Amino acid sequence: MKFDLKKFLADRSVPIMFIIICSVCIPLSGFSTGYLLNEIVTRIVRNTFLILSLLIPIMAGMGLNFGMTLGAMAGEIALIFTSDWQIWGIPGVVLAMILSIPISILLGTLCGTLLNKSKGREMITSYIISFFINGIYQLVVLYMMGPIIPIIHEAIKLPRGYGIRNTVSLLNLRQSIDNLISINVFGVKIPVLSFVIIILLCLFIVWFTKTKLGQDMRAVGQNMEVARAAGINVERTRVLSIVMSTVLAGFGMILYLQNMGNIATYSSHSQIGMFCIAALLVGGASVDKASIGNVFLGVILFHLMFIVAPKAGTVITGDSMIGEYFRVFISYGVITLALVMYEAKKHKKKKMAEGSDDEK
Amino acid sequence: MSENVLEMKNIQKSYYGTTVLHDINLSLKEGEIVGLVGENGAGKSTLMNILFGDEVISSTGGYEGEIKMFGKTVHIGSSSDALRLGIGMVHQEFSLIPGFTATENILFNREPIKTNFVSNVFGDRLDTLDRKKMREVAKSAIDKVGVKIDDDMLVSVMPVGHKQFTEIAREISKDNLKVLILDEPTAVLTEKEASTMLESIKSLASKGIAIVFISHRLNEILDICNRVVVIRDGYVVKDSDIDKITVEEITKQMIGREVDTKARKTRSNQSNDIIMSIKNLYVDMPGENVKNLSLDVRDGEILGIGGLAGQGKLGIPNGIMGLYDAEGEVIYKNEKININDPMSSLSRDIAFVSEDRRGVGLLLDESLEWNISFLTMQVKNKFLKNLFGKLISFRDNSEIKNVTDNYIDALNIKCTSSKQKAKELSGGNQQKVCLAKAFAMNPKFLFVSEPTRGIDVGAKALVLDALKDYNEKHGTTVVMISSEIEELRQICDRIAIVSDGKIAGIYDASESVEKFGALMIGANAA
Ligand SMILES: Nc1ncnc2c1ncn2[C@@H]1O[C@H](COP(=O)(O)OP(=O)(O)OP(=O)(O)O)[C@@H](O)[C@H]1O
Ligand SMILES: [Mg+2]
Repeated sequence: MKFDLKKFLADRSVPIMFIIICSVCIPLSGFSTGYLLNEIVTRIVRNTFLILSLLIPIMAGMGLNFGMTLGAMAGEIALIFTSDWQIWGIPGVVLAMILSIPISILLGTLCGTLLNKSKGREMITSYIISFFINGIYQLVVLYMMGPIIPIIHEAIKLPRGYGIRNTVSLLNLRQSIDNLISINVFGVKIPVLSFVIIILLCLFIVWFTKTKLGQDMRAVGQNMEVARAAGINVERTRVLSIVMSTVLAGFGMILYLQNMGNIATYSSHSQIGMFCIAALLVGGASVDKASIGNVFLGVILFHLMFIVAPKAGTVITGDSMIGEYFRVFISYGVITLALVMYEAKKHKKKKMAEGSDDEK
Repeated sequence: MSENVLEMKNIQKSYYGTTVLHDINLSLKEGEIVGLVGENGAGKSTLMNILFGDEVISSTGGYEGEIKMFGKTVHIGSSSDALRLGIGMVHQEFSLIPGFTATENILFNREPIKTNFVSNVFGDRLDTLDRKKMREVAKSAIDKVGVKIDDDMLVSVMPVGHKQFTEIAREISKDNLKVLILDEPTAVLTEKEASTMLESIKSLASKGIAIVFISHRLNEILDICNRVVVIRDGYVVKDSDIDKITVEEITKQMIGREVDTKARKTRSNQSNDIIMSIKNLYVDMPGENVKNLSLDVRDGEILGIGGLAGQGKLGIPNGIMGLYDAEGEVIYKNEKININDPMSSLSRDIAFVSEDRRGVGLLLDESLEWNISFLTMQVKNKFLKNLFGKLISFRDNSEIKNVTDNYIDALNIKCTSSKQKAKELSGGNQQKVCLAKAFAMNPKFLFVSEPTRGIDVGAKALVLDALKDYNEKHGTTVVMISSEIEELRQICDRIAIVSDGKIAGIYDASESVEKFGALMIGANAA
């Protein structure tokens, strides 16, 4: 019927908006194509793995899940250990990943179990849980590391003798994966190994949707009662989806930090969840539907905008602070917009029948 | 005959202190079809939910009594237990995953799988699905039910009939099936589909599966059952072989009186003014598309709309009330209605009782009072007390309670009080609440879609009478959509038959059933 084009555009309004913003800002910023491509490649390598970890809970109907922040903390703790033990380079990265697994599983199980008690409000609950666990993380890192958990090197401890410094340098590990096999295409540095890892994860996710567990998660995501009547253990399936997401987020955080080259001990993880969710939404995902395509489109658009918008802002206003302000403002804005649009859609049918927007 | 496959002994169940099943005994033999009948709210679904280990039962305190299979006592605490024991169920409300295809639903949680090296390490749930095998199994199950369902079609876009057959196919494809519970499987089907369904039920029984069949269509019970069990207010009041009982007697056992079903006589004092004129209507409703339909509705009449499932009769009210995308012109009392905006028709006192009571009809977690008064309050600002002019208005709770109690009486809604939640009512009683909600609006024009779906014989007459009375007392024009031509003939003045998205013809209700039948199958294009 004739409304199809309108619907097609309406469903993709967020990415379209970002494409417009970027195409206005790119010429204003005056950056060269080579520079922009290099920057974009870096951002893809840095963030994609983390964002991909959000897909599995969405599939299981648990929405945009801040539980991934817990995985990020697990990854940081693992890296603190490996750098204390001075295991650098690729062995360091691999060891950190292995170490992060038990911590992620523990935190993921806790988070998943709590989310089972608040079905239908997973997003906000996981957001609060991430604050709560952040408190515990600080307790562990700030007070327990040193006196209780042995830390050998003074260099990463605070001057007072216990607790971890604000920044832990990963200089000896920096970009060890990115640089292992890297080629140069027309002046753009392509870290081949990092891309291979990301592609492997994509393949894993595609494969996973074809497994029994993947099928069960999709079913649970659509209708828990029906799934239960068919004999599926709904609660366990949901916990598993969160655990998988935290473990992947842990890996993602380690890859992210090896690219950055240092850990901001008390803040690296704090906004990562929000930026990943915002990027995914910019890529056209919604609370109950997200694809690998959304992830890539999202990383590119969201970060392209952060590269060009501050410069464009400076050109227009002459104020360089506008950039950081923009970043946070836009992230929250996108998330709010996406949530409102999702709720509106969800209740559209209902509203039509009831003449109001009351809950089901 | 052979030993009992299943025995339920002294089953008792209460919900929050109200006992809904008292001391029920029910047994089933191999290959036997037992018809379970009773009024709305008699306890049929509850009994079957106990047998299937449904969560409603365990979460409301479980049940008392004993269940035996093949002479051994079994414990059924959850649906997985029931499935393991070979008990399958087709629920009164659809139990399908909307975003899955027919194939995926038929084999849901029983998918054929292929092991791989990951699953060898991490466990079975990481086996991959064997799509090819799934399709084969699903196709052969679909062949057995005798209806051509597209195995690749998503359930969410299927016509209702196909959803029902998908559920049957799911049960048929189970190898270990010993007992099959069918809770009103034919309620949403047209007569033709229903007879196909009955055939496949019979062929299942001939393979030795014991079947419990619940239906409000008593001739179906007589047609396929070996035995009939009548439940009334939670007691078994009759357990008889089928050849020793008649429809009249079953009805009497169920409700204690006889019911009359005659076609309505033509009314002489009908006006010829057109109140609503529908021109070139197109509605995009999956499985019920309307294509270029035109129809005039006369002021004050009861107009029936019949036709086979999938031909588009349900699309008409859903399109005009703005629930599905529609195009075309609808003139109501000489004014054009914006058909894609529900408020446009609601504010003109046009009301709609949807066939989809769970989806759009009811707020399941709310009380009956709220369900009945809500829309009226919203659209017409009724049931409100005003303070300081109109500055502050709040709900007039006593008025709401009065009105609700009136409808509970008039429609004989079985409930503990007007404060009970809608989801706690039996299926048929929920249907009555939907009607009450529409009546409370005081509509000038009323669309009712499948108003007697899932309603027992006694209550059916009550509902039809209520519609007729309402029409006579208030002069409300009623357009009633139904798959049952018999019930249309009982109360309508004229009946239009929809075929292929268009009106195939309109006759007075007193015309013969055969003439309407001919229109339905397109033999007599008007
Ligand atoms: N979840 C519940 N909580 C409280 N009461 C309930 C619940 N489910 C059903 N009931 C009550 O139990 C009684 C029996 O309901 P049941 O659904 O078994 O009736 P039914 O025989 O299947 O009727 P119908 O033909 O209308 O489907 C009804 O009075 C109903 O109100
Ligand atoms: Mg029932």
